[in-house]
Amino acid sequence: MARFLSVTLGGLSGGFVYAAVALSLVLIWRATRVLNFAQGAMAMFTAYLAYRVIEHGASYWVALVVALVAGLVMGAVVERVLVRPVENGPPLNAVVVTLGVFIIVEGLAGMFFGGTPHRYPTHFSNVNYTFGDVSALAPFDIWVIVAVAVVAVLLGALFRYTDVGLRMRAAAFEGEVARMLGVRVGRMLTLGWALAAVIGALAAVLVSPNVPLSPTSMDAVFVFGFTGAVIGGLDSPVGALIGGVGIGLLLNYVAAYAGGDLQTLAALAVLVLVLMVKPNGLFSTTVSRRV
Amino acid sequence: MSVLTLTRRGPLANTLVRHLAFAVLGGVVLFFLTSTVSAYRDFQIANVGYYVVAVAGLTVLTGLNGQISLGHGALMMVGAYTAALLLERDNPLPLVVVLLLSVAVTAAVGALVGAAAARLRGPYLAGATLAFAVGLPGLTSHYADTFGGDNGLNVLTGPPPERLGLDFPPERWQAWITLTAALITLVLLANLASSRVGRSFRAVRDDEVSAELAGIHVARTQVLAFIISAACAGLAGGLTAVVSGQVSPGAFSVALSLSILAGAVLGGLGSLTGAVYGAIALVLMPSISSSASDRFTLSTDVQHNLPLLVYGALLIVVMLAAPQGLQGGVRRLFGLLRGRAPVTSVRNESVTEVSVTDPER
Repeated sequence: MARFLSVTLGGLSGGFVYAAVALSLVLIWRATRVLNFAQGAMAMFTAYLAYRVIEHGASYWVALVVALVAGLVMGAVVERVLVRPVENGPPLNAVVVTLGVFIIVEGLAGMFFGGTPHRYPTHFSNVNYTFGDVSALAPFDIWVIVAVAVVAVLLGALFRYTDVGLRMRAAAFEGEVARMLGVRVGRMLTLGWALAAVIGALAAVLVSPNVPLSPTSMDAVFVFGFTGAVIGGLDSPVGALIGGVGIGLLLNYVAAYAGGDLQTLAALAVLVLVLMVKPNGLFSTTVSRRV
Repeated sequence: MSVLTLTRRGPLANTLVRHLAFAVLGGVVLFFLTSTVSAYRDFQIANVGYYVVAVAGLTVLTGLNGQISLGHGALMMVGAYTAALLLERDNPLPLVVVLLLSVAVTAAVGALVGAAAARLRGPYLAGATLAFAVGLPGLTSHYADTFGGDNGLNVLTGPPPERLGLDFPPERWQAWITLTAALITLVLLANLASSRVGRSFRAVRDDEVSAELAGIHVARTQVLAFIISAACAGLAGGLTAVVSGQVSPGAFSVALSLSILAGAVLGGLGSLTGAVYGAIALVLMPSISSSASDRFTLSTDVQHNLPLLVYGALLIVVMLAAPQGLQGGVRRLFGLLRGRAPVTSVRNESVTEVSVTDPER
């Protein structure tokens, strides 16, 4: 029982990272009906930039800001330049374009940073607290959970209480009508992608102390985030958070009781199961859109 | 479609005869080509052989049937490990049997993936197959005793047959193996494409509801397309194992899956001839990259990753330039680039011309 509790709590921090990735995918999906396969790769690249900044002597926080700003710029540029022309075409075209971005970014990372994995530094302790027999949740894990939770709350507040958030929702919900009412729809979509890439960058910085940084290190994290987003229905930010945390817990059980190498296949099994049984996800609000 | 086919005269009017004639002609040309070039070129040609099989398989799935797969690198891995494990035994089976078993095992895995895939569309299918591609290499570390972990397995392939002469270059022998497999695959797929099954593939791709109304079992057709495509990937994987002499999880990365997709897109999806061009490009790119790196004294990191940049740029440019969609549009685009009037493609493609579909449906 103590082991089970430790494993459960141990899955939380990973789960919150996947929740962040899921949230970023949902943000993009809601805005543009595109699934951004480059999301993990772009995040990986920003984490690399931050890693370089730390190597040159900057603090963890400065590097974090560098990663977030790099994500903001990257997300905006990719949407405006590459994705905009295919946004209203057949869905497969947008998928292939984001795959192109994915492979380019991974190639660039390999060129500039090499293929050797780097452990991203952190100044939070990685030593678990112990409560009786249960040992889990190092200060670093708490930081991960708090960071993602704060971002989620900020994002929720942005959409609910601010003018920009309202415009973004309008642009995503009914672009043509929003445009007639004076919303700069294109700008809102770019902003959506940029915000999503910021969240992705945060996820990469948070996960890279545990998953050493390499050009392909975010591939599996992306798959887990995607699975979390699909569990939540791709349309629902709350669903994405719950789905992400859920998949994090599940994968930690798989790692503890079956083997860490099977995590991705377990995620695949969950993904296929959810899509077969409840194609709109467990938390989706729309019923008209079938998979 | 049938009207145009009937206007042909003579023995070439029969599709099977025509495809076989092309294959024999190609075989003769390739026999002389492989006999004259250097060992390194033969090695490259051997690589082209298995890439043709893989790209052609994906072309059938995506181009003819409209399903996307990012998992073909992983399916190749299934074939490669099957071949490696079979060749590892003390009394290995003949190579042909080994390769056929690679095909069978991979087709079985493909049936599993395909059964799930038939219920998924567009981005969801891409995501699920990506998960498959990312996850499968993990099995090799989980069952490291069988699969050799990260280091993989060595593949023991015998020398060329003795009656070819003792100094017969092994590269040429490998080229013959993969080219034979490629020609057989192309003939089979070309026949398939112009058969009833191929037409049902296209019908499902273009409009699932209409296909269903015409009496085609949509899900069954999609699973069949996936099985055939997976079988090709398995053969390609088995050949990869034979040519490279070893299999390791690193060789079957997501990048491989995306490279194959790039090859299929480059060749113009739906065209088997295009698959050959795509495969040649996939083999030439790394060597172009390495000679460019030599000339400009770039690091090996740059050299290894340059092809990825080219593939990625290619995927993006083709999609931006062919807004009608993957199907047909890509093919027409490349037809124009090659200076051909679209008329030449009417015979196989009269259905494709009207294919602006909504895969999300």
